[in-house]
Amino acid sequence: MSLRTASRFARRELRGGLRGFRIFLACLALGVAAIAAIGSVRASIEAGIQSQGATLLGGDAEMEFTYRFATEEERDWMGQQASKVSEVVDFRSMAVVERDGTTERGLTQIKSVDSLYPLVGSVALDPAIPLAEALGDQGGNPGAIMHPLLADRLLLEIGDRFRLGAQDFVLSALLVNEPDNAGGGFGLGPRTIVATSSLADSGLLAPGTLFETQYRLLLNDSNLNAVKAEAQSLFEDTGMRWRDSRNGAPGVSQFVERLGSFLILVGLAGLAVGGIGVSAAIRAYLASKTTVIATLRSLGADRATIFLTYFIQIGILSLLGITIGLILGAATPIVLAPVIQTTLPLPTMVTLHSTPLLEAAIYGVLTALIFTLWPLARTEDVRAAALFRDAMNAARGLPAARYLLATATLLGLLILAAGLFSGSFALTLWMIGGIIGALILLACSSLLIRALSRRAAPRARHRPAMRWALAAISSPREGAASVVLSLGLGLSVLAAVGQIDGNLRSAIARDLPDVAPSYFFVDIQRDQMPGFLERVEGDAAVSRIENAPMLRGVITKINGQPAKEVAGDHWVVRGDRGVSYAAAQPETTEITEGTWWPTDYSGAPQISFAAEEAAEMGLALGDTMTVNILGRDITGTITSFRDVDFSTAGMGFVLVMNEAALRAAPHSFIATVYAEEQAEAAILRDISNRFPNVTAIRVRDAIDRVTEVLGSIAAATAYGAAATLLTGFLVLIGAAAAGQQNRTYEAAILKTLGATRRRILWSFTLRSTLLGAAAGMVAIGAGILGGWAVSHFVLETDYLIIWDNALAIVVGGVVATLLAGLAFAARPLRAKPAPTLRTAD
Amino acid sequence: MENALTLQDVRLALEGNAGLVEILHGITLDVAKGETLGLVGPSGSGKSSLLMLMGGLEMATGGRIAALGHDLSNMSEDQLARFRREHMGVVFQSFHLIPTMTALENVATPLELAGRRDAFDRALEELKAVGLDHRADHYPAQMSGGEQQRVALARASAPRPDILLADEPTGNLDGANGQAIMDLLFGLRDRHGATLILVTHSNELANRCDRVVRLRDGRVDTTTREAAE
Repeated sequence: MSLRTASRFARRELRGGLRGFRIFLACLALGVAAIAAIGSVRASIEAGIQSQGATLLGGDAEMEFTYRFATEEERDWMGQQASKVSEVVDFRSMAVVERDGTTERGLTQIKSVDSLYPLVGSVALDPAIPLAEALGDQGGNPGAIMHPLLADRLLLEIGDRFRLGAQDFVLSALLVNEPDNAGGGFGLGPRTIVATSSLADSGLLAPGTLFETQYRLLLNDSNLNAVKAEAQSLFEDTGMRWRDSRNGAPGVSQFVERLGSFLILVGLAGLAVGGIGVSAAIRAYLASKTTVIATLRSLGADRATIFLTYFIQIGILSLLGITIGLILGAATPIVLAPVIQTTLPLPTMVTLHSTPLLEAAIYGVLTALIFTLWPLARTEDVRAAALFRDAMNAARGLPAARYLLATATLLGLLILAAGLFSGSFALTLWMIGGIIGALILLACSSLLIRALSRRAAPRARHRPAMRWALAAISSPREGAASVVLSLGLGLSVLAAVGQIDGNLRSAIARDLPDVAPSYFFVDIQRDQMPGFLERVEGDAAVSRIENAPMLRGVITKINGQPAKEVAGDHWVVRGDRGVSYAAAQPETTEITEGTWWPTDYSGAPQISFAAEEAAEMGLALGDTMTVNILGRDITGTITSFRDVDFSTAGMGFVLVMNEAALRAAPHSFIATVYAEEQAEAAILRDISNRFPNVTAIRVRDAIDRVTEVLGSIAAATAYGAAATLLTGFLVLIGAAAAGQQNRTYEAAILKTLGATRRRILWSFTLRSTLLGAAAGMVAIGAGILGGWAVSHFVLETDYLIIWDNALAIVVGGVVATLLAGLAFAARPLRAKPAPTLRTAD
Repeated sequence: MENALTLQDVRLALEGNAGLVEILHGITLDVAKGETLGLVGPSGSGKSSLLMLMGGLEMATGGRIAALGHDLSNMSEDQLARFRREHMGVVFQSFHLIPTMTALENVATPLELAGRRDAFDRALEELKAVGLDHRADHYPAQMSGGEQQRVALARASAPRPDILLADEPTGNLDGANGQAIMDLLFGLRDRHGATLILVTHSNELANRCDRVVRLRDGRVDTTTREAAE
C-alpha cells in the first residue's frame, strides 16, 4: 500500500467532479449548517449576556436576601467594598384601578428602587422623562411606571391613578426598557416600578410578607473572585445569594445553554438523516465505480490501496460539504441578526463564534466517517472478476471486523463529543439512543413494508397500476428503506414533539385546572386570617380551602455539613424554599416514615420532610438540618417523612417544622381557595377590597403563562425537527434521482406492453403515496411511543394520542414523497421505449 | 522447458440464479514459457472463465493452478494482486480504461502500483510503441474504440509481464482496427518474449498462435497447432 499512489489515484478520481455527489454534499452541508447555526445563535446570546453582564445585573455584583433587608453589619460590609450601593426590592402585588364604580385588578411584579437605581444602564420611558421625575411626586401622590401590557389590561392612561396595597400612585410613564431584566418576561405579572420610599404607607412590606431585596454594588476592587469569596464566607449562612457581572443573568444563561444543547442534539438527528443520504450516495457512487475498482485490481492494486483511494476522495468531498455547512451555519445568524436581535428579549452579540463552528465540524467529520466507512469497506469485496461477471459485485453481510470496530469507536467518539459539548451525558445518551433506536425501528419497518407489499401485490391482480406500485415497493431497487429511514426519522422527531407537547399542554391546561386551586392568596397577615377565612368559608361556591403559615428559608446545612456538599445540586438546596410550621398533623398529610410531633410539643425543633425529595437527597430519620430564616439559623431533627404531591399545583411544603420552632419568626400566611369558576371574580373583589396588601395569584393565568413558555420551547424544537425533515427530503430527492434510470427502463417496458402514460403516472403516484403514508405511520408509532414514555415516566400523567398531529404527520409524509417522486417522473414518462431498451441491452 | 502455467484438474462452479452452475470440469493444461496459446470455442464453453482463473482473477473451486511455479490456489486476494502487478498483464474485450484518467495515466497505473519512479516515462514509451504518444493527455471518452484498445495494450505490456492474457482483444473492434491490434499484440509479445494466452472467436487470430485449445462445455475438446478444423 502506498499513500502517495492512493492520493494520486484519488486526485484523478476527483476529476469526475461533483457528479453523483450533489445530494451527498447537500445532506452533509445542511446537517452541519443547522448545528452550526443553532450553536452560533446560542453563542451570540451567551456573548451578549456576558458582555452586558453588569447592565443585566444592574451593577458589578449583587447580594440578594429573601424577605428581609440587609442588616447593619451587611450594609457596612457593602459600603466598604463598593463606591455605590443601590437597594432594590422585588415582590408581587395587585395593581387596583377603581373607575366608575367598577374595580379592575392585575397581578404585577413590583420593583421598588432607591434614588441610585439603575447603577448601570438606563431605564427607557414613554414619555421620555427622567426616572426620578417619573417616580417623584405627581400632584400629591407618588409616581409609578408600568409595563404597557399591564397598563393596557387595566385601561390606564398616563396621569391615571391606581393603587398598590393601601397607597395610591399616579401612572407617570410607560416602561419601554428595563436594563436589569434579562428574561424577566418569565415572571407571573408585568412590571411596575415605584420608589421604595413611596411604599411606607402601603402595608406591602410588613414583616413576614414575601419580598426579595437586591443590593447592587459598584465595586472598588475589580477582583470579583476575592470579593465573592469574602461575601460568601461572611454571609452565605445568613441566606445571602451572590451574583456578579461575569454571569449577569444566570437563570437565563442556564436556560439558553440547556435549550441550545437540546436543539443541537435535535440537529444531530438531522445529521443522522443526512448520514443516510451520504451513505446512499457513496454506495451508488462506488457501485458505478465497480469496473474501475475491478480494473485496478486486475492491474495489481491491493485492497488497502483501493480503500485508501476512495477514502481520500470521499474525505476531500466530505470536507468540502462540511465547509459549505460551516459557512452557511456561520453566515445565517449574521444575515438574520436584525431579526434575531428584535425577536429575542436578550442582548445578543451576533458575530463569528469559533466554538460552535468547531462543534459542528467535529459532528460533521464523525458523522461522515460513520456513514461512509461501511460503503467504503465494500470496495474490498470488489474482485477483478467483476469485469467479467456482474454477479460477483453483490456484496452481502457485514463488513470486516476492523470496520465494525472503527464504526463503533467513531460512534463512541460522537457520543463523547456530544456529551462534552452539551454538558449532559444523560441527555446525550437519551437523544443518541433515541436516534439509533428510531433508525433500527425504521429499518425493521422498511423490511416489514416490503414484505407486506410483496404479499399484497398478487391480490391487486386486476388493478395493474396498484400491482406495479406494490411490486416496486417490495423490490430492493425502489429504496423503500431509504424513504422510510430518511423521511421517517424527521417525521418521528416531529411526531414525538407533537405528542409530548400536546400531552404536556393537556396535562397543564385541561387536567390541572380540575385539580388545582382557583387562587393562591399570599401575604395574609396573621390578624387578617380570621376575616379571610370568614369570607371564603361562608361561600357555597368554595369547595375547599387550605392555609398555612409561610416563611422562606435556605437549607444551609445537613448534619452539620454544608447542604450542597451533602445533597449536590438538588433543587431543594438551590436558593430559598417555602417553609411552614404546624402543631397537629394536617388531615391530608400522609406520613410514610417516622412520627409527627405531639400537638403541644415545644422541645428542640423537629422537621417533617417530603419523602421523595428526602430519598433523592439521601436523608434519613434522625438527620439534622439547619435552615436560615430571616438571617437566623434554626437547626432541627428530621422525625418524619411525608408524601407531598406537587403535581396538583396545590399547597405543598418540602419542609414543615413544629409550631414552637417558627411561630416567633415574622411571617404571613398563604391560602389556596378551590372555587367554582363563576365565583372567582367575587372572591377576588371582596378579599382585595378588605385586605389590599394581600396578593391573589389566579392559577389559570399562571397556567396560561407556563403553557406559553412551553409552547415556545416546543416551537423551537419543531424548527430543529424541520431541519431534520428538510434533510430527509433531500435524501428522498437523492433516492428518487438515483431511481430515475430504473423507472425509465420500467416505464419503457410497460409502454411496450401497452401501458398508457397516464396509467404509469398513476402507478408512480400510488407508490409514492403508499411509501409516504407508510413512513408517516411508522413515524406516528415512534412519536406515540416517545410521547407515551415521556408522559408515563417523566410527567407521570395519563397519555392521550394527539390525533390531529398524527394525521398531519401522515399527510406530511405523503406530500413529501409525492413531491420527490413526481419531480423525477417526467423523464420516465417521456422516454421512448426503443432507444431506452436498446441502451439497456 | 519450464512452464509459465500449469493447470491440473481445474474446476469452476459458480452460484447462479438457478443454483450451482458447473462451468469448468477438470481442465488439465500446461503452457510453456514464451508460448502463444489461443483459447477458442463456442459461447459459454468456459474460455473467459479459464482465462480468469489463469490470471488469478477468479478462484478455482477445485484443482491446482501454478503460474511461474507459484501456486495461485493458495494466495489471498492481495497476494494475487501483487503477483499480477509483477508478472501478468491483462487485456479486456471492453478495454476497461479508467475514465477519469488520461491515456498516459492509465498506462502508468500498474507501474505506479509497482512503485516505479519512472512510471510516466515508461508509460509514454509504451504509448509511443502503440502509436498513441500524441494522445497521451486524452481521456478514454475522447478516443475511438481502436485507440482505447491500443492504450489498454500499452497498459498491459508496460510492466513487461511474463504472462500476457487477452480476452477477445479484437471482439469490439472493426476489421481494420482488429488487424492493427493483432499486429501490435504479437509485436509486443515478440519484443518482450512474454507468454501470450488469448481468448478469441477469430480463427485468423488463433492461427497466429503456437497452439490452439478448443473448449466445449467446460472441457478441453481438442488441442491443435491450428484453429481451423
